[in-house]
Amino acid sequence: MNIINIEHIAKIYQVGFEEVQALRDVSLRIDKNEYVAIMGPSGSGKSTLMNMLGCLDTPTKGIYEFNSVNVSDMTDNDLARIRNKEIGFVFQTFNLLPRSDALHNVELPLIYAGISYSDRRERAEKALVDVGLADRIHHKPNELSGGQRQRVAVARALVTNPSIILADEPTGNLDSKTGEEIMQLFNEIHEKGNTIILVTHEEYIAEHAARIIRLKDGLVEKDEIVSKRYIPKSKEASVS
Amino acid sequence: MRYILFEFKEGLLIAFRALRANKVRTSLTMLGIFIGITVVVLMSTAIKGIDNSFQNGISALGSDVLYIDKWAWFSNEDWWKLRNRKSIDMADYEQFKELARLPIAVAPVINSQQTVKYGERRVEGVFLNGSSADYVKTTNFTFDQGRFYNEVESNASRQVAVVGSEVSKKLFPRGDALDKTIKIGGSNFKVVGVLAEQGSFILGPWNPDNQVFIPIGSIFKNFIAQHRGTVTLNVRAANPAMVEETKAEAEGVMRKVRGLKYDEENDFSINQQEALMDNYNSVVGVIQIAGLFITGLSLFVGAIGIMNIMFVSVRERTKEIGIRKAIGAKKRTILTQFLLESSAICLLGGIAGLIAAILGSMALNQYFPTSIQPDAAIIAIGVSAITGIISGFAPAYTAAKLDPVDSLRYE
Repeated sequence: MNIINIEHIAKIYQVGFEEVQALRDVSLRIDKNEYVAIMGPSGSGKSTLMNMLGCLDTPTKGIYEFNSVNVSDMTDNDLARIRNKEIGFVFQTFNLLPRSDALHNVELPLIYAGISYSDRRERAEKALVDVGLADRIHHKPNELSGGQRQRVAVARALVTNPSIILADEPTGNLDSKTGEEIMQLFNEIHEKGNTIILVTHEEYIAEHAARIIRLKDGLVEKDEIVSKRYIPKSKEASVS
Repeated sequence: MRYILFEFKEGLLIAFRALRANKVRTSLTMLGIFIGITVVVLMSTAIKGIDNSFQNGISALGSDVLYIDKWAWFSNEDWWKLRNRKSIDMADYEQFKELARLPIAVAPVINSQQTVKYGERRVEGVFLNGSSADYVKTTNFTFDQGRFYNEVESNASRQVAVVGSEVSKKLFPRGDALDKTIKIGGSNFKVVGVLAEQGSFILGPWNPDNQVFIPIGSIFKNFIAQHRGTVTLNVRAANPAMVEETKAEAEGVMRKVRGLKYDEENDFSINQQEALMDNYNSVVGVIQIAGLFITGLSLFVGAIGIMNIMFVSVRERTKEIGIRKAIGAKKRTILTQFLLESSAICLLGGIAGLIAAILGSMALNQYFPTSIQPDAAIIAIGVSAITGIISGFAPAYTAAKLDPVDSLRYE
């Protein structure tokens, strides 16, 4: 069962008088419970593809089916609903609301989903406990370490039970040890049956995934299964 | 519907969260609206207060009463021309009364300013009104104590007086004026009646509350030589519908009394409350509109302040808007959030302003008539909410249509 089915999509930006082809012709399918890394040098179109996959942007040409629904020509409101219910974002710069505590950050998508107060509080708390932040629920982002912030972001991504987790360089702003802990968290999330799409330019991060899609100049250069997948040792302390 | 309510409630919570996060900025912005609403409401209560007391005062004059006078209340004629008119005297009054058929009452009135004393207490510069017993029929007076002087007392020029409520209050704080003997000028007068409160401050010395009424003969006897003064004839029509007819008749009769030839101009004026009203409306109406407009400007400045700060806020929170959109906020949600933020600033400022205005007008009421209307309060709240929505709309719309990809990248 394909969650994502992309057929010949292209994205053309108008920069001044020049047309920039960020994506030329990309086709790919991603199944449920896959763990995919998207790689490529800067300018390869991976950010554009990631925005497209995350329904933040629509393609200029081609078809994008999400859960068998064509989203290429959806309205802004429909896209917002899909982002809310089906996609969990994890960003390089965490993108938490700075003035809100961890709990409010995690419950925010549930507010937009129209979940009642007591329900969403409960779910947000559980999501924070699941990523190992039971004792940081009421801390604001600036009272948390980088790794903890990223865990809040992961909790926020997971709280709506989305179809896919979309992580854009999730370890880019973390030291390697903390980055490793986050990757371990992703691994566990994957093992629980989630679909993860990881955008990165670091080979060793990409090797956590089971499949690597390499982009170059707006085209898929290579789509390969990782033979020697790196599976981090589970550290029970970090995840309860 | 339920979803919209939910969204409204959550939007409100988010808006308050944002306002709390920027306390200084929020309160400064609120101050603009606070001042605007305060002055507008204060201004309108003051206007309403003045209006009310003027209306009350003027209705004490009676809308169906004509005042035939040597002087015109409002006139474009030269002053000296009016001055050279022959005085209206008691003989004119007698003839007029004889000839005029339509009026239900005609009373000659002459005024004099005198000091009124009772024991140690005194009131300076009281307008002394001298007239006949019919005078009371040309008014709508109500009495607190006693009665108006009667025809016998009037014809015999007795030393009797009817005092207005304010004068009575000052001379007899315990309210026991009836049958006391007061000194007007140098002469003794017996109080036969005390008026209930009639007019309002707006008429000043013409307010019956500040006057003392005595028979016209007594005025001539004690204060004014009969050949010196000019009397005003207060003429009351049978009802307001008869005013025009009564006026036409009065003009004809008066011309005859004064012995005017057909080609001579009137050497008297027939004044009416209506003229006073028109004049009041044309002058004060302009002042009122100007006042409301000027105070309204301060509200407008407050609104610009809000719009400005909301634009800054949207710019500053571009990233936040991007995050919210990425995790599922719709355009409408963002629009609502920012609109609620600006409306909340305005509403809170407006409510505070309203409270300040109510307290202010209570304080002012000691010196000045103010009147707080419930509709003014509702309008104030409505205006501040609308101000919030209007001044918040452009910034909120800017926020709502931000592109999520661009705004996420914004630093």
